[in-house]
Amino acid sequence: MDIGLKEIEYIANLSRIALTDEEKKTFKKQLANILDYIKKLNELDTDTVEPMAYATDLKNVFRKEELTPSLSRQKILNLSPSNVNGFFKVPKVIE
Amino acid sequence: MKYEVVMGLETHAELNTVSKLFCGCSTKFGSEPNTQACPICLGLPGVLPVMNERAFEHSLKAAIALNCEIGRFASFDRKNYYYPDLPKNYQISQSYFNIGNNGYVDIVVKGKKKRIDIHNVHLEEEAGKLIHPEKSDDDYSLVDFNRAGVPLLEIVTEPDMRSIEEVESYMQILRNILLYIGVSDCKMQEGSLRFEASISLCEKGAKVYGNRVEIKNLNSMKAVLKVLAYEISRQGDLLDKGKEVLMETRLWDEVNAVSRRMRTKEEAHDYRYFPEPDLVPVWIDQKWIDETKKTIPELPVNKRQRFVKEYLISDYDAGVLTEDIFLADYFEACVKLARNSSKELSNWIINDVLRELNERKINIQEFTVTPKMLVELIKEKSTVGNAIAKEVFIEMVNTGKNAQSIINEKNLAQLSDVDELNTITANVIEKNPKAVEDYKRGKKNALAFLIGQTMKMTKGKANPKILTEILKEKITTGPK
Amino acid sequence: MLLHELTASKVRERITKREVTAQEVVEELLEWINLKEPLIKTYLCLDEDGALSKAKEIDEKLSNGNKVGLLAGVPIAIKDNMCTAGVKTTCASKILENFIPPYDAFVVKRIKDEDAIIIGKTNLDEFAMGSSTENSAFQITRNPWDIDCIPGGSSGGSAAAVSADMAFMALGSDTGGSVRQPASFCGDVGLKPTYGRVSRYGLIAFASSLDQIGPITKDVLDTALLLQVISGHDNFDSTCAALDVPNYISDIDRLDDVLKIGVPREFFGEGLNTEIKSALMDALKIYEANGAKLVDLSLPHCEYAVATYYIIATAEASSNLARYDGVRYGHRSRLSSDSNIVDMYSQTRAEGFGNEVKRRILLGNYALSTGYYEAYYLKASKVRNLIKNDFEDAFKKVDCIICPTCPTPAFKIGERVTEPLEMYLSDIYTIPANLAGIPGISIPCGFTSAGLPIGMQILGKYFDERKLLKMAKLFENETDFHLKRPKLNQQV
Ligand SMILES: [Zn+2]
Repeated sequence: MDIGLKEIEYIANLSRIALTDEEKKTFKKQLANILDYIKKLNELDTDTVEPMAYATDLKNVFRKEELTPSLSRQKILNLSPSNVNGFFKVPKVIE
Repeated sequence: MKYEVVMGLETHAELNTVSKLFCGCSTKFGSEPNTQACPICLGLPGVLPVMNERAFEHSLKAAIALNCEIGRFASFDRKNYYYPDLPKNYQISQSYFNIGNNGYVDIVVKGKKKRIDIHNVHLEEEAGKLIHPEKSDDDYSLVDFNRAGVPLLEIVTEPDMRSIEEVESYMQILRNILLYIGVSDCKMQEGSLRFEASISLCEKGAKVYGNRVEIKNLNSMKAVLKVLAYEISRQGDLLDKGKEVLMETRLWDEVNAVSRRMRTKEEAHDYRYFPEPDLVPVWIDQKWIDETKKTIPELPVNKRQRFVKEYLISDYDAGVLTEDIFLADYFEACVKLARNSSKELSNWIINDVLRELNERKINIQEFTVTPKMLVELIKEKSTVGNAIAKEVFIEMVNTGKNAQSIINEKNLAQLSDVDELNTITANVIEKNPKAVEDYKRGKKNALAFLIGQTMKMTKGKANPKILTEILKEKITTGPK
Repeated sequence: MLLHELTASKVRERITKREVTAQEVVEELLEWINLKEPLIKTYLCLDEDGALSKAKEIDEKLSNGNKVGLLAGVPIAIKDNMCTAGVKTTCASKILENFIPPYDAFVVKRIKDEDAIIIGKTNLDEFAMGSSTENSAFQITRNPWDIDCIPGGSSGGSAAAVSADMAFMALGSDTGGSVRQPASFCGDVGLKPTYGRVSRYGLIAFASSLDQIGPITKDVLDTALLLQVISGHDNFDSTCAALDVPNYISDIDRLDDVLKIGVPREFFGEGLNTEIKSALMDALKIYEANGAKLVDLSLPHCEYAVATYYIIATAEASSNLARYDGVRYGHRSRLSSDSNIVDMYSQTRAEGFGNEVKRRILLGNYALSTGYYEAYYLKASKVRNLIKNDFEDAFKKVDCIICPTCPTPAFKIGERVTEPLEMYLSDIYTIPANLAGIPGISIPCGFTSAGLPIGMQILGKYFDERKLLKMAKLFENETDFHLKRPKLNQQV
């Protein structure tokens, strides 16, 4: 399984992880290695197999529609790296 | 126009639950920033979602009302993308097994019925709110998570709409349906009803449509209509010049009345959907569907048709009356009490009731004049006359009192007593000999003058019909 | 016997009988921890003040004659990926280095309600991603049996703490073997419950459809005790079963029926260390001698388990870890926070995550991205079903399955860090249970010639933890491997 530099850059961007050129090379090699191992799955014919999306047989789990207290704003903002006037502050987002 | 156009619409309606989709935080609008958030809706490490039962029921109800096929089960998926208003950087939504698929909405344009196909109806979580400070030198944005996690219903049409009028009708009817079934309050000014439109053009008769343009963040029906009109002309101009229409996402700039390309890159929509492992599927059996169906009232289009047939009012009037289920209920309650006078009641409601509601910016549920009160007033009309009835109506709206007590209190009952009118008219005739002479000589206007004089003396309370008869008789037979 | 050497059940008994105070227990334990911690490095955070004040509270309760909980006065270590209100919870990651949760995980609340004393938070592979605890951003934990060896992972801190008597019991989390494998390497008992037996609320997610919290203890009775406390329904976890919790402690010594034990061929083949293999064979003989019937089994799809796991686990992880973005909590890069939001995200995550976490996020996003979803994620979900079916078929024939916990004993620190794939393959025997969602327990069943513990794994039917515990207890009653302690424990 070959994975190109372009692909590494594409998924690094999807992952929002900045990589140095050195890291790109290392991860490219390691991922190729792992993907090569994963190729093993192609030995199995799974055309008629249903995917297992859930680890339980549970269904229809709901909570009752009712209010419960929110967290105090002070507690919420205390967790944040940056806030102002009761808001979380982030670098400018341009739409 | 030399181009044909197809348009599709994605509608986002916030469901009117009191608590959020996956936690117990309030969904109340307009609170101080970040006062309605908890570990769950903030996406803190370790938290898990548990589905609000009411939100799911509302979604199912909407899917059924929109004539969708309901699958054996619905499940939830993660839509992965980074945005600062999205706490987990994925949105719990639906992709593989929606609550409803392949539905439709019947719309009416210029008296013609058309079916708009619904691709799917699904439930997802709302994002928070991003605020961009006005000052250009501010290099930051602000985030408020009060809205994050509010249940949001998404209704996606097929690209079925061929004219702006169809889009308008679809939006109005869809909004009415959602209001009728009571799942959303559809308040556009609070952002609880929003749209995304897609549009593409082609030469008349061509088989293949051009590139699709999507327009996001449309916060009102007006904006949808304006941007689509704008896009039709923008894309038409490009095609006229032999230029290509780019496939892109655009935004509507309300201030400058133009659309512009979105500047944020969207990674070609690689949302990496996969089944949400923190939730379990919801199985929907026939019994549940049947029970839900029972809770769906007669929908606006059907009600409108029935009103025309049953109450013999115009299609337009029926349209106005059925725009709001509570108004329609009000009308029907009146008709039931009054019998027969449906046309008159419809006029009263459309002209007088709606005017007062609009002026007071209230809805019919908050209106002080009950159907019973309105019907009583209309009965009194035959004794007090139309002009006084309208006055009494306003007084009823202001005070909440019924017609009878207002008429009594203000002594507004019409003067129909023949003896009293005889005395007054005798007085009028005596004081206005010239007018009497004029009338006798065939000048019809003179009678109107004499009636006016009598009305003045009775402060408008004289019963005009009786008064006219008495006057005529007195003048022709002469003083007794 | 010194206090810290006791099992949890024993120390609770002595405290509730008022032979010793909870405060004395905590003080003695802290003294021992402070002595050994510099060498083993199991704890990321010790809550000495919190532990002492809780101990006093329990002593007071007892002296007032009030009722106390199932874990009264027992100091417990918690893997640092479970939220503790007001106490730092880092996941051994720089991105959460200073994160103090405003809420308790469900299991934390449960053990507090039963009067346990949380002594500290233990080291792990960052976000539980690893098999050696070498992926911690903060420190390397050593195996008390051989300090040149890793303790296993990702619950390496918890396993080492129990093994070195630095905690009476501990909580770990198991996504692909992260409770059983380190328990096996450290000579502890470790149990991964059935998926849905224990609430995941407050467990910082690695792979949501695989994660499960489990006990790591000195003996089987303690595992039963801790499982009793943490099991059961929670309204805050949709995937947590609403089933009644049986009594795991009563009748633990009684096995009524003649049991059929499945012995899966695939788990005894190539790649299995010969000393481990022979220890397992001896163990099976003990069961036979006690009336069990051995049944040769095949679990044909288990050889695909590791490949399947590394798609599903990384796909879920790539999404679960997207929330660490420097907006609401955790680390935010100072480098680029003024420029634009995408750079802020990318720098924050580049600085905050270690290599193994990055590798798995990249792999997971790759497996889910356009054009690869069917080939990877969907394919793996289907093979997962085949693996589950293997077990369901097997459990029609047998009551439980016995196999090694790991193919090798604890390996040397640094030995496998450069080869991710080789590290992944060390979980080859534990991963299938996570994929199928079935319970599994690892108990000590011998030692290598180098003196390293060997673990035996018993796998059971869904929600049949009771049988696993009885099976494990039977073995424990017949052997004394669980009584052997590392030499280091005597060097006072
Ligand atoms: Zn909340």
